[in-house]
Amino acid sequence: MVLADNAFEEPLIELRRRIEELEGYPEGSDHAKELEKLRVALAKQTAEVYGSLNRWQKTLVARHAGRPYVLDYIDHLMEDWVEIHGDRRFGDDPAIVAGFATFRGQSVAVVGHQKGRTTKSRIHRNFGQPRPEGYRKALRVMKLAEKFSRPVLTFIDTPGAYPGIGAEERGQAEAIARNLIEMASLRVPIVVTITGEGGSGGALALGIGDRVYILEYSTYSVISPEGCAAILWKDQSRKAEAAEALRLTAPDLIQLGVVDSVIPEPLGGAHSDPEVTCQRVGEVIEKSLNDLAPLEIESLLAQRYAKFRALGAYEEK
Amino acid sequence: MAWFKKKKKPLPAAAEDRPRSTVPEGLWVKCDGCREVIYSKELKLNFRICPKCSHHFRIDAEERIRLLLDGPSKAHSTSVDPEDATAPPSQPEPVPADLFSRIQSTDPLAFTDSKKYLDRLKSYTEKVGSSDAVIVVDGTIEEIPVVLAVMQYRFMGGSMGSVVGEKVTRAAERALAAGKPLIVVSASGGARMQEGVLSLLQMAKISSALARLRQANLPYLSILTDPTTGGVTASFAMLGDLNIAEPGALIGFAGPRVIEQTIRQSLPDGFQRSEFLIEHGFLDMVVARPELKATVARCLRHFA
Ligand SMILES: [Zn+2]
Repeated sequence: MVLADNAFEEPLIELRRRIEELEGYPEGSDHAKELEKLRVALAKQTAEVYGSLNRWQKTLVARHAGRPYVLDYIDHLMEDWVEIHGDRRFGDDPAIVAGFATFRGQSVAVVGHQKGRTTKSRIHRNFGQPRPEGYRKALRVMKLAEKFSRPVLTFIDTPGAYPGIGAEERGQAEAIARNLIEMASLRVPIVVTITGEGGSGGALALGIGDRVYILEYSTYSVISPEGCAAILWKDQSRKAEAAEALRLTAPDLIQLGVVDSVIPEPLGGAHSDPEVTCQRVGEVIEKSLNDLAPLEIESLLAQRYAKFRALGAYEEK
Repeated sequence: MAWFKKKKKPLPAAAEDRPRSTVPEGLWVKCDGCREVIYSKELKLNFRICPKCSHHFRIDAEERIRLLLDGPSKAHSTSVDPEDATAPPSQPEPVPADLFSRIQSTDPLAFTDSKKYLDRLKSYTEKVGSSDAVIVVDGTIEEIPVVLAVMQYRFMGGSMGSVVGEKVTRAAERALAAGKPLIVVSASGGARMQEGVLSLLQMAKISSALARLRQANLPYLSILTDPTTGGVTASFAMLGDLNIAEPGALIGFAGPRVIEQTIRQSLPDGFQRSEFLIEHGFLDMVVARPELKATVARCLRHFA
């Protein structure tokens, strides 16, 4: 199933494999021409494939394990990283990473969902699905940022908050709700970037800010396409249809007024060049921090209120 | 003493997918709690609480407003005395008009499943009578002026889309402008899928409005009724200065079936019911329906 869904990537993977093979040959050999031809073909085909991805395919790109996660952004863009742990109430949740770092000369708070790449780390990170203690840790860092007048950068990439017995016992709903009201009131600038999957309330719990950006092949949705298909048609396999109906891709979100702008990904998606992706995200965040810095806190909060107050589609008859 | 109090058994955990009656139309109705057959008039006189097992049947938004607000003829009686209610008026008392009934959905995603979303909305409006899944009114509770928002579960499972988001936000802004307490009664399956991510963002919008109410030191009481799940719980329903629930209400973030499918085991008895939530510290009180109004009034007097 996953293979068939990912079929659009296969010709590209094959081309990349052949290029790598030729690159392995000693220099000066007569493969140079062949190599050049393959590179041109790869660029052309990547542009074609990525130029015509449907919404379900973009969802798969958003979930690609090669995409940068919050720790990659920290690694590529920041220095002096200090990770903090625990919610001081129950435990520490590895599905959310939180701490402070120096970003382009200034100290910032960083909060984000973290997924793993190996089986072991995926389980450790609970596939990026936070429990209440994760949201409470995030809030603790944000309140510290407020105390010390540091801007907050959040990085969103989660299938959703974890649906488990313990999570419910410890107040998953309350933890998410608390973050919403506190982020709406936080007296420092908040810049939100959706870098992969923006899965429902579990994503939104880090999603209130003065600027909200999204990477080109990221998604943001009230429910996963699989979940939507299961409810609408009692059939998870109709997820592609559901993805179309949900309009969860970056251009859709611009149209719905939910995000401020789309950060373009390198040709072939963020996973094809994580370094370039991180730098592009860094540029956008740096600029927005510069734009937000001169604002008085009261006008910042008023603008934040107006921004979320305006969301929704209705008419008054 | 009212006879609904005479028998009190622990409420059995009803399965989420068991069909539930809301407003019984016939003479007799089967209780979802004890499976006994009850005379529907008896149920009506007893706040729609099962006289045998105290199961709280779901009630309509209009009935809820009548239950909480001072009525036009009984200016400040706390609640209907069942002894006096043996001969109820043939017509239920009118409730104040929805302040924001003109706000209507526009189908931002052009969403169609088995039915067009706009057609679905239309048929619910015809069936239920309200324009969407929440009603906002001004009123008094034991003479204390409040803004009251009540969710209508019968309207698309009380799901929250742009209209619910806008109306609850306006309710909060109205309370703020008038310096009144805000009361929100939740009954919802969560965000409305048919409006996609815009439904999700209503959680942020309402929570932002509640932040302003908090800033102004105005009371906000959240009353959680069966069921309150998903994005409604994970935003305004859990943000009350006090969170008050009715007995036996299903309250949670994830739905029980989603959790069962995720963890591949069945859930313990009473999981995600009001009694479970108060035990875990997420509710301030569980209050039976007949005492709800007096309890809310008592809380408000302490705060304002
Ligand atoms: Zn019963």
